[in-house]
Amino acid sequence: MAEDYILQLKGITKIFPGVKALDNVQFELKKGEIHALMGENGAGKSTFIKVITGVHAPEEGEIVLRGKKVVFKNPQDAQKESIAAIYQHGTVYNQLSVTENIYIGHEKLYKVGMINWGQMHKDAEALLRSLGSDIDPRSSMGNLTIAEQQIVEIAKAISTGARIIIMDEPTAALSKRECEELYRITEQLRDEGCSIIFISHRFEDMYRLASRVTVFRDSQYIGTWGVNDISNEVLISKMVGREITEIYPKQKIEFGDEIFKIEGFSKTGYYKDVTFSVRQGEILAMTGLVGAGRTEVCHGIFGIEKIDEGQIYLEGKPLKVKCPLDAMNAGIGYLPEDRHKQGLILDWGIGDNITLSTLEMFSKNTILNRKAERQRSKELAEKVKTKALSVFDKVSKLSGGNQQKVVVAKVLNLDLKVIILDEPTKGVDVGAKAQIYDIMSQLAASGYGVIMISSEMPEVLGMADRIVVMKEGRVSKIFDDAKNVTQEQILEAAMNI
Amino acid sequence: MNNLNFKKIFSDNIREISLILVMIVICFFVQFRSNGKFFTTENISDLFTETAVLAILAVGMMMVIITAGIDLSIGAIMALAGMIGTTVLKENKGISPIIILLIAIAVGIVCGMINGALVSKLKILPIIATLGMMNIFRGLTYLVSRGSWVLQNDMPSSFLGIATGQALGINNLVVMALVIYIIGYVFLNYSRTGRKIYAVGNSEESAEVSGIKTKRILWLAYTIMGAIAGFAGLLYVCKYGAAQGETAVGYEMNVIAACVLGGVSISGGTGKVQGVLLGALLLGLLNNAMPLINISAFWQEAIRGLIIVLSVMSNSLIQRNVEMKALRRRNI
Repeated sequence: MAEDYILQLKGITKIFPGVKALDNVQFELKKGEIHALMGENGAGKSTFIKVITGVHAPEEGEIVLRGKKVVFKNPQDAQKESIAAIYQHGTVYNQLSVTENIYIGHEKLYKVGMINWGQMHKDAEALLRSLGSDIDPRSSMGNLTIAEQQIVEIAKAISTGARIIIMDEPTAALSKRECEELYRITEQLRDEGCSIIFISHRFEDMYRLASRVTVFRDSQYIGTWGVNDISNEVLISKMVGREITEIYPKQKIEFGDEIFKIEGFSKTGYYKDVTFSVRQGEILAMTGLVGAGRTEVCHGIFGIEKIDEGQIYLEGKPLKVKCPLDAMNAGIGYLPEDRHKQGLILDWGIGDNITLSTLEMFSKNTILNRKAERQRSKELAEKVKTKALSVFDKVSKLSGGNQQKVVVAKVLNLDLKVIILDEPTKGVDVGAKAQIYDIMSQLAASGYGVIMISSEMPEVLGMADRIVVMKEGRVSKIFDDAKNVTQEQILEAAMNI
Repeated sequence: MNNLNFKKIFSDNIREISLILVMIVICFFVQFRSNGKFFTTENISDLFTETAVLAILAVGMMMVIITAGIDLSIGAIMALAGMIGTTVLKENKGISPIIILLIAIAVGIVCGMINGALVSKLKILPIIATLGMMNIFRGLTYLVSRGSWVLQNDMPSSFLGIATGQALGINNLVVMALVIYIIGYVFLNYSRTGRKIYAVGNSEESAEVSGIKTKRILWLAYTIMGAIAGFAGLLYVCKYGAAQGETAVGYEMNVIAACVLGGVSISGGTGKVQGVLLGALLLGLLNNAMPLINISAFWQEAIRGLIIVLSVMSNSLIQRNVEMKALRRRNI
């Protein structure tokens, strides 16, 4: 029955330059149901939400709302049709009061156009109380816990008259007790007739709340099931279930001694008690869901962020790292995940970027030998096969793959023992990917310890000798023999089941 | 090939070339309107001498602005260094001018180190940190002088010779400015530290992850600025023959204006030594030329301001044009 569905999306395709973020995806939401949406990192869930809320316009497909076809040109259009989304990293104004956060964009006004603060505070309070919360509407948003901020976001959604509410991983940062509170409010909303799309990596959330679950994988729609009709194992296999077709240039290498080890790495609020080690010639993959704390651990190792506790051992000797320079001098290199912010100086040429970490190499008494510098950067750029006219080309004009190769060249110019590659193939085209895998294999073969952070399952299984899976800031499992691991096992270790 | 190189040199230096053209136009206009009073040996020598102190300061300010900072306290540092230097001079008549110069530079270095520590270690916004220190340094100047002036008759001729003397027929101030520009050019373009200053200004985070001690670089930039301000402060009181509490009030704004005219981006990361030299010269030229053609003193300030605004406007237009050309080249 079509009338049962409050929202239907059919054949939605969304293309970003170079990638299909959504490929012929469908979705149906019944009136008054809580519908779970699941999938790995990058499965297309976030893009999908943005299509529903009018942030992105799809290239193909149609949205049917209450039986009528609609087109959202912008987020305001979706809001008018009573659709609201509560994002994981909310659109929270920390400096403003709770009331202002709730009514931002639709303030209550006196007839003369001035803001009616008294009425707004009163209404905000009534709204929060109706959700069973005792938050003071006059307090500043920044002083609330994340759970309380989410409740305010929900109140904001209701205050705009939303009947379809999308929650994007609302439980990710909540404690057990706070989750219970959120479940209660979500159920209350459902009982009042709202329809809810609930995105989560936690199986517990799904069992507790949802009646149906839809799975996306690799930008595609996989299926929809009743929560009670599908088992954990089947669900996980639906989420990963791809075949690994790419061929990874993995070389057979005799591992040497343990070259690098961290022990008891902890930082309050980010990660706790992380311990692992790498041998010479070994590629260790760190994987897990986004937000599991992988990048943060590596920032701790490299001295970008301070750690609270923990010890690094390099070739068996304890090492103190206070800043990135200490790490580099000891022989640890880091290829950052965010190459625009941490890896490159976008306004500079390729050559100057490559030599930035190693200026000492080209200078006597602080005066640079620019000829030697240019010569070396040219060699390195050719070694990693950067496509550009000359080493003077600005890196901001290069493609993502070529930019990444410049950062790789920059790291390769250091005298290293251990190299940490943080999402080395993110936002990189297929050709460049293969070259980066090649370089990684060569590094391992020449005796480096290689640590690769990656969210891409095929890459992890294809390249790694050993796999560390992180979950919510802790090491959830270490697979010592990556050859005999399945995608299902990794996902199981990464998710809350 | 030659043609291509010429084009590239032109487009890389379009700002400097246009500054030179603007100056040439002003020069000839003034020469014509003032019945030939402009191109005289005396006037040209005057122009350069009057501009020297401003130009020296602009090199230091440029380094600070490249790190995405600013230093508002340099006028006050100049006054303090000038006052301390000349007070020592007044009480020890026979002392060598070189020692006085070194004392002034030392005062400047200490002031600059404080600014640098506030900005780099305590992470106070540069504009606020140096605004606060500006008042403190200015206050210290009054304390040191107890409100009184050090005047020309307290200064021996050997000391006054720093500003009035000549080397190879060129005024000492101009010679010193030239030396500082050569050092500044080599430092920023050919030294490790210079490269790091640009890197920090472009992206502090990338620089840090690349193994640069960004705090140390920031600190260094403010310290160099302080040293230059101390040095320039002494030259200033020497040239005008008076040290007082109000010495060089507001002078920092002229220096910042010279940098902006010379194409230094306030958001950090870019700026050329040769551009800043031209910026300082243009300001100096305006100061020199406007009285020659009898523009009223009331209008002079406004005209200077107008030139600055026009220059910044043309700069952003040039920038937009360059970006459009780059986009067109992509042929989509």
